[in-house]
Amino acid sequence: MTTREHDSSVYEQVQESTEFQELKKRFRAWTFPMTVAFLAWYLLYVVMSGWARDFMAIKLLGEINVGLIFGLLQFVSTFLIAWAYARHAEKKLDPIADKLRHEVEERAK
Amino acid sequence: MSSTTLGMILFLAFVAGTLGITFWASRQTKTAADYYAGGRSFTGVQNGLAIGGDYMSAASFLGIAGIIALSGYDGFLYSIGFLVAWLVALLLVAELMRNSGKFTMADVLAFRMSPRPVRTAAGVSTIVVSIFYLLAQMVGAGALVGLLLGITSPAGKAWTIVGVGALMIVYVVFGGMKGTTWVQIVKAVLLMGGAALVTVLVLGKFGFNLSSLLGQAATTSGPKANPGSFLIPGLKYGTDAQGLAGKIDLISLGLALVLGTAGLPHILIRFYTVPTAKDARKSVLWGIGIIGTFYLLTLVLGFGAAALVGKDAIVAGDKAGNTAAPMLAQAVGQDIFGPVGGTILLALIGAVAFATILAVVAGLTLASSSSFSHDLYAHVFKRGSATERQEVVVARISALVIGAVAIGLGILAQGQNVAFLVALAFAVAASGNLPAILYSLFWKRFNTAGAVSAIYGGLISALVLVIFSPVVSGGETALFKTADFAWFPLSNPGILSIPIGFLCGWLGTIMSKEYNAAKYAEIEVRSLTGVGAEKAVQH
Repeated sequence: MTTREHDSSVYEQVQESTEFQELKKRFRAWTFPMTVAFLAWYLLYVVMSGWARDFMAIKLLGEINVGLIFGLLQFVSTFLIAWAYARHAEKKLDPIADKLRHEVEERAK
Repeated sequence: MSSTTLGMILFLAFVAGTLGITFWASRQTKTAADYYAGGRSFTGVQNGLAIGGDYMSAASFLGIAGIIALSGYDGFLYSIGFLVAWLVALLLVAELMRNSGKFTMADVLAFRMSPRPVRTAAGVSTIVVSIFYLLAQMVGAGALVGLLLGITSPAGKAWTIVGVGALMIVYVVFGGMKGTTWVQIVKAVLLMGGAALVTVLVLGKFGFNLSSLLGQAATTSGPKANPGSFLIPGLKYGTDAQGLAGKIDLISLGLALVLGTAGLPHILIRFYTVPTAKDARKSVLWGIGIIGTFYLLTLVLGFGAAALVGKDAIVAGDKAGNTAAPMLAQAVGQDIFGPVGGTILLALIGAVAFATILAVVAGLTLASSSSFSHDLYAHVFKRGSATERQEVVVARISALVIGAVAIGLGILAQGQNVAFLVALAFAVAASGNLPAILYSLFWKRFNTAGAVSAIYGGLISALVLVIFSPVVSGGETALFKTADFAWFPLSNPGILSIPIGFLCGWLGTIMSKEYNAAKYAEIEVRSLTGVGAEKAVQH
């Protein structure tokens, strides 16, 4: 099991490196608050569906009311967050992740 | 030619096509990675379509359209929860799992923990969640065939369940993940195409004016005293008659929907079918696009059925509204192209509905048999000494057994109101699996005791709360109408069982001293960078 122990120490070294810490920070600083935000935005919608029905019933455009627009906005926000995450990951995360991966794979050879 | 004959022909064409794919896939399936993960050689787009195929069950196609047709706005609440849930999978789970796991959900948990207890727990949870979901789909298939093909005798329905089950077993046993994924892709394309076609025809009838569609839906199918209430929440979930408990139940349902998806085993194993984490990300992005578009289509289908078919006619067809979409297809087809058009469209949507059920049950059978073989057989019973070949043989045998069990239970449960099983599957996934996965990926201190307590705590609390809820006893729509042992007032356990799952995971962790810094370093580095991730199979 010597290779395994060797691997673990490599992982610990990478984990302590500033580059990895930067990658981890960029990942968590984006996804954690965003998760809280979209869950809160979704729960707001569910709570208002239960308790603010008069507000949801306000008509905006013909028969199209606040409730329908609010629901459609959940679709819009989901698509936008997904798109924004993909952009963030490509620009801020992938370059560091790729670099670290190549380094470790080189060392393992 | 009647629509049932034409529907049968279209459906048989789908079966013939997918069996051909299965045969082809079986010849390509040699290793365990082929069988469990389709050789990890699907592209992001292909897997995105397959994610849509796995996720858009008959319950979401026929069920949501039906709820909207009968109760208006409330069906929309369901689809929003189902969609937003994908952000949890995209941001927190998909890529990290692809990087650190191999074939099943348990791979990620077992990574830095004592493998046998953790795999046992994850295997049990996977099989329980998948079988609940599977059973709901099988019973649904029996009901659907009665409506679409005019088969009403219990024997006829039982044979349909046997037929659906047999096909699903063939797909999974011979095609493995490769065959099953292609079945999902074909089904997703057919379902999107069929739903888009009917949507365009419906909107066309209203001059592409959504407002006038909604107006007619409300006047035709809304409550006579207050048609406007059809377009706002509250006719089905959290009605004024149900009081506070009903509204809390609505939140409970919402929580289970939004947090359950990223814990569903048949969805999680999809992330292993692509070569890299970037492809997993891409496939979830495609999945979100497809699933979101599909739910927008069902919104039009549901209100379209309410406007053009009408609540009374839909209820006459099926009390739960499951035939709203096929009836709508017939109505608009007839209206625009005459009787032949109506026949063709009804047949088309009926065949698509069957294809949908078949594909989803195949995905569930694959997930549960993979977990049985890879987690329970290979790692728990054989303690990791099983060869790849033995593992695949056991996976195939367990697919056969699980399929047979699902057929048997499906026949026994025929005619029962088992729709709650889908909500229960989501609740168990959100309460047991999700805490274990998230802690495992993000919490340094997490350990074996924590993982085991999160899974069993979430699983057991969700099950117990449902057993003592109004869906099982005491209500008019309950499983056991004559008995009444319900003391938990909500139909959905999520609001309580999800926190219990997270709490159990935390308590179990801090009460055990086990902690392995080196292993945490390994999973953290691997999950974020993709070092040492399983590679695609080269043939």
